[in-house]
This record gives sequence, C-alpha cells and structure tokens, in this order.
Amino acid sequence: MGDRFEYRNVRVDGDSAPIIESFSARIPADGLTAMVGPSGAGKTTLLRLLNRLDDPDAGEVLLDGRDVRSYDVLELRRRVQYVGQVPVTFPGTVAANVGPEVEHLLARVGLDAALGWRDADRLSVGEAQRMCLARALARHPECLLLDEPTSALDTIAKAGVEGLIRSLADEGLTVVMVTHDPRQASELADRVLDIGLR
Amino acid sequence: MNDLSGRISWADVGLALLLVAVAVAISRMRRTGLEGDIAVATFRSFAQLLAVGFVLDFVFGGGTALTPVVLLVMVGTATLTSGARGKRVPGAYWIAATSVSAAAGGTLGVLLLLGIVPAAPRAAIPLGSMIISNAMNTASLVMRRLRDDLGAHRREVEAHLSLGETAAEASASWHRTAVRNGMLPIVDQTKVVGLVALPGAMTGMLLAGASPSSAIKLQMVVMYMLLGGNAFAALVAGRLTVSRLFTSDHQLIRSLRRVSD
Repeated sequence: MGDRFEYRNVRVDGDSAPIIESFSARIPADGLTAMVGPSGAGKTTLLRLLNRLDDPDAGEVLLDGRDVRSYDVLELRRRVQYVGQVPVTFPGTVAANVGPEVEHLLARVGLDAALGWRDADRLSVGEAQRMCLARALARHPECLLLDEPTSALDTIAKAGVEGLIRSLADEGLTVVMVTHDPRQASELADRVLDIGLR
Repeated sequence: MNDLSGRISWADVGLALLLVAVAVAISRMRRTGLEGDIAVATFRSFAQLLAVGFVLDFVFGGGTALTPVVLLVMVGTATLTSGARGKRVPGAYWIAATSVSAAAGGTLGVLLLLGIVPAAPRAAIPLGSMIISNAMNTASLVMRRLRDDLGAHRREVEAHLSLGETAAEASASWHRTAVRNGMLPIVDQTKVVGLVALPGAMTGMLLAGASPSSAIKLQMVVMYMLLGGNAFAALVAGRLTVSRLFTSDHQLIRSLRRVSD
C-alpha cells in the first residue's frame, strides 16, 4: 500500500524560533504510526498539519499524493478525524454528541449503549475519550489522528483505550498517534517515527 | 418661566466649579491621588464642551451642510476608542468603524425616513451622538468577549472544526454569548427606564422647560432607537469579529492558538 501522508521539507514558525524546521517523513496508509518525541519537539503541530488546523510556513503536506491544501478543507477534516489529548464533550447527551448511529458506535468503542442517554459531561475521562472516538468514527473517516490519546487517563482506562486504538487500526483505518512515551509507541504501533529534538 | 434654558450665565458656571473644589478637597482628604485627574477632566470637559457649543451654534445657525461632518467626526472618535479596546482582534478599527456606522446609519435612516424626527441638525446631531456612543460600547464589548472566549475555549472550538464544522458553526455558541452580552446593558436600561434613573434626553427636555408628557415621548423614541442601534452594532461587530478570528480555511488565527506539546 502507498503513502497516506507525506511531509516534504515542512517548516512551522513559532513566536521567535521555528517550532519545526525542515521536517520530511512518510506515513503509510495501513496500520498505526506513532510519532514519538520529547515535549516541545512539535509533535502536536505535526499532527495538526494533517487535518489543517494549522498550515506549514514552508514545504508541503500531502494526502494520497496531493497537497492537503488542494482539498476542500471541510471534506478533508471529515476524512481525517482528529481526537485531542483532553476529551472535549459538547453540551447535551452522549447521543447528541455522537449522532444517529450512537448505539452501533458506542458498541464499537466499548461503551454500554445505556450511556447514550447520559449527559456527556457526566462521563469519566476514560469514557469521554471513548465517546470522542465514537464521535469521530461517526463521520466515517479514513484516518484517525490521535494526540496523546491516553495521557489524561488512569492505568486501567489507558489499557482499554490502547486496545481500542489497536483494533481500529486493524480494521483498516490509517491511525497516526502522537505520544511522548516510547514504550507505548513501540508496544502499540506498527512503526515509530522519532521526531527528536530539533 | 421656571426653565433653565438660556438662564445659565458664565458666572453660574464659575460658581458650579465650587463643587469641583469639593471633589478635590475630598480627594486630598482621603488621599485618593485623583486631584490631577480631576483637574484634567475638568479642564478637558470645559474645553471640549466649549468647542462643541461653538460648532453646534454654527451648524444650527445655518451651517446645516456641516451636519454629516459633525456626525463623521463622532463616528471617527468612536472608532478610535472602540478599535483601541478591541485591538487584539485583527482589523479592530475597521470592525468598530463598520459597526458604529451601520448602527448610526441604520437607525437615523429609519427615524428620518419615517418622519419621526425632522431632518434638521438639532435632531440628527444629538440623536446621532447617542447612537454612536452606545454602538461604540457595544462594538467594544462584542469584540473583546468573542476574542477572549474563543481564545479560552480554543480546544472546544477546534474540536468542532476537527469534526468538519465551518468556522461559523464552531463559534456559534460563543458568538451568541458575545452578541447577547453586547445587547444586555441597553435591554436592562430600557427595562428600568424612569424607575432607577431619568435618562439624559428626558432630563434635558425637563430642564429646558418641556412638559413631562412630551419629554417621555422623546425618551421612548430614544430608547427604541438605542435598542435598534445597539442590536445592529452587536450583529455587525459579531459577524466581522468571527470572520477576523478565523482564516478563510476555517482555522483559528495563530494568535489565538498557542500550541504546546
């Protein structure tokens, strides 16, 4: 299978110094790719370039061989779903957050269907993170971008969400995960991109 | 006549300065350190009002053609004031100018078109000044609130964007809050008008010797005009601020997202 994403000589400027300087890498379409590196290395920024929450100041980012800026940005973001470090719940029930396919999707992320009627802000952090994954999956994406998806979770919730991420990758989604934890990267991912310090 | 119009002499104004002296004395006594500010404020108000009096005397006395100029100067000053308040919003001056002009043009236009007030400087200038100063405050409030809220709720806004929502959809709830926040003061003022304070237009007419029944009618027109004008200003400022806080590609502008990893 070919590359899903490619970074070509990407530079992102910060307030004073560049956050990322001339970064190039390829991310294959299959399986789970982990980007690992210390804090401050620009991992989150690299992830945000893939669904265009941010754009590079130089270089290009390709999706399926085309510059991400050549796609309609709303359609791009539907295809490439992003789930952040801290789960963000919207006001209302879990069902209102996730949408019409809530039962099926809750089952897919390992949540009890009865949670559909609960207020989303009354979920535990682990449940909320699973709900965010369900809400992303409701858009039928081809790729999932996960920014430190387990860093806000306790040990048990963490193991559960890691298993879920692994199974989503096995179902054929392109999963790109950012983590500061080399152990998590090597145990969970099919390949590891070491971002390192600039 | 028991009214005050034309009765106040410069000597009277001088005597009223005694009250300023009281303020200075109290400030001294309580060590508030405001004596300098009081002096500056007194001097500025004296000079500004003197100048305005001259200009209005001239405009009312035949210089009718200068009415738009006077209104433009007011809009310009309001723009500078409101724009400086919202300066962390890109294009704040432009947003302030558009909101204030829209509010003044829209409401004054309706009042003149329907013949509620005559197209004379004596009506257009004071009414215009009320709309403009209110719209100025509204535009500042809306710009600041939206910028602060979208910055503070960056994660939520970007969670919405990440699901494929437009900038307008992603910011809708904060947009609503900001517009509401901008309109609330005038709505509350309208609710309690006459009960808590007798507002300026009515007070002025009463002091000038008008009957209370005609003073309240003018005050009603003024209140409704300000409601309409402020709603206009809030709407325009909200729309424009949102459009300046996102890029055309539905991204929050960089100054609103300080990403750390």
